[in-house]
Amino acid sequence: MSAQATDITPATDVPPPRPARAAALRRGLPGSLAWHLGSLAILAVILYPVLWVIGGSFKESGDIVGSLDLFPGNPITDNYTSLADGIADVSISTFFVNSLFLAVGSVLGIVVSCSLTAYAFAKIRFAGRNLLFTLMIGTLLLPYHVLLIPQYVLFRNLDMVNTYTPLLLGKYLATEAFFVFLMVQFMRNLPRELDEAARLDGCGHFRIYWSIVLPLCRPALITSAIFTFINSWNDFMGPLIYLNEPSKYTISLGLKMFVDQEGLANYGGMIAMSLVALLPVLAFFLAFQRYLIDGMATSGLKG
Amino acid sequence: MTHAPAMEGPTVSEPRPDPVKPSHPAGPKQRGRRENLAGYLFMSPWIAGFLLLTAGPMVASLYFAFTDYNLFDAPRWIGLDNFSEMFGDPRWRHSVRVTLRYVVIGTPIKLLAALGVALLLAQKRRGQAFYRAAFYAPSLIGASVSVAIVWKAIFSDDAVVDRTQQLFGINAGGWTGDPELIIYSLVALTVWQFGAPMVIFLAGLKQVPRELYEAADVDGAGKLRQFWNITLPMISPVLFFNVLLETIHSFQIFSSAYIVGGGAGGNACGPADGTMVYTCYLYVQGFENSRMGLASAMAWMLLVAVALVTAVLFWSQKRWVHYEEGGR
Repeated sequence: MSAQATDITPATDVPPPRPARAAALRRGLPGSLAWHLGSLAILAVILYPVLWVIGGSFKESGDIVGSLDLFPGNPITDNYTSLADGIADVSISTFFVNSLFLAVGSVLGIVVSCSLTAYAFAKIRFAGRNLLFTLMIGTLLLPYHVLLIPQYVLFRNLDMVNTYTPLLLGKYLATEAFFVFLMVQFMRNLPRELDEAARLDGCGHFRIYWSIVLPLCRPALITSAIFTFINSWNDFMGPLIYLNEPSKYTISLGLKMFVDQEGLANYGGMIAMSLVALLPVLAFFLAFQRYLIDGMATSGLKG
Repeated sequence: MTHAPAMEGPTVSEPRPDPVKPSHPAGPKQRGRRENLAGYLFMSPWIAGFLLLTAGPMVASLYFAFTDYNLFDAPRWIGLDNFSEMFGDPRWRHSVRVTLRYVVIGTPIKLLAALGVALLLAQKRRGQAFYRAAFYAPSLIGASVSVAIVWKAIFSDDAVVDRTQQLFGINAGGWTGDPELIIYSLVALTVWQFGAPMVIFLAGLKQVPRELYEAADVDGAGKLRQFWNITLPMISPVLFFNVLLETIHSFQIFSSAYIVGGGAGGNACGPADGTMVYTCYLYVQGFENSRMGLASAMAWMLLVAVALVTAVLFWSQKRWVHYEEGGR
């Protein structure tokens, strides 16, 4: 089913800029004005929470919720300096490093394991391929919560609770079907002649995978890598279940701990930390938004 | 993907013109066996992951669902007791209602917003790419703890949403303090993330052949007719895909409900369990009350519900989803 749904995006997404502008001019000024006003109104709604948290992080704690001014008259930086104390004897930078470790580890795992799997699906004709592909697509629709408890029991029996293994292992075993799917789609669209030629020259599958397919798949790999990073960074439920020692907490979990322990006493600090926790994702978005949106257009993916 | 694969990989030698196909030393049978071996070798991480982390746990979970299991003592078979306890539990029924309210109200609004804005952005005007990117951004950060914290603040008493409704003479107070209203703050949060389905809609809209509209213009069909008779059928596969994925995803909402509703200590979600969505209750039963068997039964009920919705959607697509023969 998804195969059909994703066929919607051909490789011709690049808008021809000049004719578009001509068309806009032809449509006339009133229409154009209405279009921009509409878009700006939506933009205002979209941006409001982000501006709110930026402005709020420079306000006195007592002014953050009640004040309707987005930005304070006299901004203060106390909220940020208060973060230097950390929470529960753990510094904020520890949470950052932990999150970064998990995110980078996840990216490596996904890129390697999903591309290997995708290569098999896209380029190797082996018995049972269609059945396995159907199973893989099936896991796309499987609610994660069914696996939550048995996986926890498994990792608990393996004495791996409060380690990062449960949060990383799946990434190295290609359990994120969406990325496999994304890469399969991409690999199938590569010109067949290339790997056929390589086969005739006596290249084995690994050579073809490594020297031909992987370099050509770079856009799909980058898209998967960025999404994986962001998903891992935002993940809350996994760390909530598996990590129980504050020095191992990720930024999401650290933030939740902040809410529970100091949310009332240091509201401004909580808002500042919320923003700090978002910054890497926002930076990734600004740097790679093209890859993200194209990847998204290729198929559905939620953050 | 728009990025044309760059042809800068390592040099590939010229395809040989000679048509001698089986240049492989092995015969076709042996070659098939080799392909099988290669296939399973490449697939081995996935197969290990599927058995260890998906199929195995599913079977285990199904077994736990019929047991009393608290993690410390061995699971004890209790037949259907978990299910009868679940159905008789007012708090479980409440969590089902809260979740359904969230799914049934939130998903259509989100998809309508996504489609509406996609139609707006499908007009090629200056700034289109900028708006598309900006509207997409919430989908990346919407599931984060940070945004949930912001949301809780924005929807609390005397904050901006409360003040705005006061302008219209509504004195309902902040939504996060109200057991009935708090779930709608989560609805607003999911609608705010309309960008992801919007991008998919936009991709679908680009595929509709311009000639269809030109022909309709010649025939004198109005814009609304054109939307109804051309746009909607043409993008129905994309619509189907979005409906399916968004519905499945919203059944699984957890972190934002847990944070927006959660006070310190957990075991409650929102005032009077206002945001006690299904997965929150599952978490509470499993990880706070150590009722792993009961939580597994709950998880399987969720799976059944999601499977049913999926099945109904697939069954219904014959009636409203048009797949074009032979592609675009």
